[in-house]
Amino acid sequence: MSDIAVRADHIYKKFRKGEIYNSLRDLIPTLTGRLFRQQELSRRDDRDFWALQDLCFEVKRGEAFGLIGENGAGKSTALKILSRIMRPSKGEMVVNGRLSALIEVTAGFHPDLTGRENIFLHGAILGMGRREVQSKLEQIIDFSGIEEFIDTPVKRYSTGMFARLGFSVAAHVDPEVLIVDEVLSVGDYLFQAKCVERMKEVIRKGSTVLFVSHNLKNISEFCDRCLMLEKGRTVAMGPAQEVVSAYLQRPRKYLTEEGATAEVAITKAKIRGEDGQSGRFKSGDTVWFDLEVTARVPCSKLTLSPWMTNEANDIVFETTTERLGYGSFSLEAGEVYSCTFEMRLNVTNGLYHLSALIYRHDTQTVYDEWTAVATIYVSSDDDVRGTAHCFPKVIHQEIRPASGPSFITTDADAAGQLTELPGTRGRL
Amino acid sequence: MVGIGPIPRRNCPEELIMREELKELYQYRELLYMFTYRDIKVRYKQSIMGLLWAVLMPALIVSAGVVVRYGYAFASGKPLNVGDVASVAVKSVPWAFLVSSIRFACNSLVTNQNLVTKVYFPKEIFPIGAVMASLFDMVVASGAVTVFLLVEQTGWSVELAWVPLLLAILVFQTLGIGMIVSAASLFFRDVKYIVEVLLTFGIFFTPVLYDVQMLGDKGKWLLLNPVAPVLEGFSSCIVRHQPPDLPWLAYSVAFGFTSLFAGFIFFKHLEPAFAESI
Repeated sequence: MSDIAVRADHIYKKFRKGEIYNSLRDLIPTLTGRLFRQQELSRRDDRDFWALQDLCFEVKRGEAFGLIGENGAGKSTALKILSRIMRPSKGEMVVNGRLSALIEVTAGFHPDLTGRENIFLHGAILGMGRREVQSKLEQIIDFSGIEEFIDTPVKRYSTGMFARLGFSVAAHVDPEVLIVDEVLSVGDYLFQAKCVERMKEVIRKGSTVLFVSHNLKNISEFCDRCLMLEKGRTVAMGPAQEVVSAYLQRPRKYLTEEGATAEVAITKAKIRGEDGQSGRFKSGDTVWFDLEVTARVPCSKLTLSPWMTNEANDIVFETTTERLGYGSFSLEAGEVYSCTFEMRLNVTNGLYHLSALIYRHDTQTVYDEWTAVATIYVSSDDDVRGTAHCFPKVIHQEIRPASGPSFITTDADAAGQLTELPGTRGRL
Repeated sequence: MVGIGPIPRRNCPEELIMREELKELYQYRELLYMFTYRDIKVRYKQSIMGLLWAVLMPALIVSAGVVVRYGYAFASGKPLNVGDVASVAVKSVPWAFLVSSIRFACNSLVTNQNLVTKVYFPKEIFPIGAVMASLFDMVVASGAVTVFLLVEQTGWSVELAWVPLLLAILVFQTLGIGMIVSAASLFFRDVKYIVEVLLTFGIFFTPVLYDVQMLGDKGKWLLLNPVAPVLEGFSSCIVRHQPPDLPWLAYSVAFGFTSLFAGFIFFKHLEPAFAESI
């Protein structure tokens, strides 16, 4: 047995853009037409689209390897080639060992079957035998947390229950190589935490894991190494943390591009930390957000507003120069206003997007807006959840008998348990 | 745990590839079982509808057969006898099986699009599963026909031993055609309509409602339809207690093996392109 679990050897994948003939009725006229119009054949080449070009990587046994990139970068194509759903146009993918893919966890469900029947069906699709599913049935049902509805047809399930059941089955497959594509984002917060735990367990057990996600937090948490794809090409490969930072710092296209013609335009937006870093920070770090605004025509009563959103696009923080008490400013044509916001990242770990907006505060005219101009990853040493990091410390805890008659139960056992609570739990 | 093995197919001879593919199919037998179970379960979920489903089609064919036979009897001046109806009944069940399994197989890949594009396993499981589920229907319908034959006192003979062979030939033919049409309809969606038309009018070119002898010497030409000798075989060994017409049956056997083999190769050849073409 070799040390390498997965090897991609100069993989190329070509797709054809444009019209695909998926009915004979369309195909036959085209074929006959083509006999007369030879040039159509020569034009065929521009319609080729390379989804992957020269993809090379090796994943060692027991390693967790991440694939990141924007939508359409070729991540899913790479995984599909890896799991043999697609065949590469050129190159070779070698997988040593049994492979299982969690690509869409509910793909195999049939709405008319009950939860229990679907567990068997889905298990079989993922490569588990009936006996294996039978032996893990209790665990699976338990993990999903929907034992109450397990004999109900899944068409009556809510979307969340559906996804939870799907993931529960998928999470109990024990392959040597596991492919995970965006499946951790199911269910509520607690269930997600459970899934993340389970993934860690799979990695600890020594399975090789290939992980695709937009959730950079998960990637940098799980993966040892990471590969970054851009338009089908490998642009970076190395330790996960470094590649994630590189990904966050890549040049972006801004969502609003009319800045070039706006009367007042944001011309620079940059985030920097104490050591000049721009992608990764720690909770509580101080960061500087440099902004520059250029006016093409004279403008007055201008106000600059920075804001920050989390991954769910909820605004976690927002302010303006005017609201901070610095008043508004006026610019002559050709003048540049530059400003630096100093901010403390009192947020829990996760991804945050920084944006900026320039507007006239009395008429509320928006001149220019740069959304998600920088994305930062904030990590925290403390296990805190939620949005804001309040830097909690336990400075006092004690256990004492409850006072007042309403707290004293007649059941002696219950009273006994109350006093037996371990001090560290701090339940009082 | 089955999972997906390494990808060995490179520069190896054709028959080795096929052996690998068959081995893989065998490894995934549990999945085949689950899909078949799923199809049957879903169809029989409302048990009355399910039973009707299996029996309705043969019953309709038998009544159509009675009409045709009555017309023939009227025109030729011979009386209509019960044996004729029994013969139609015996042939209606395998014909209904052929029609429903090809129809289901034809749509099997397209309706399971999600699985075709998302998860790896040998995809021939879909058309094979469709045929297996229809086979179950055939068992149910055969029960009804058996009751009919018992009531009618058709009797039995050693010739019944041919039935398993005839059934095997029919299943082989159906599997082969099923694999071809399922793969073809994935690439060209209108294949489905062509198949529908062929299945609808196929009954006129297949001795289901009539017997080949009713057409005299020219009727022999109809036996070129590879399903025909099998159906005639069923009727001759169950109703008439005679062995099937062996040379023609050999022709059907040859067709059965060829179609199964060709269907499998055709399917496996196109399979790598499924996910991106669907």
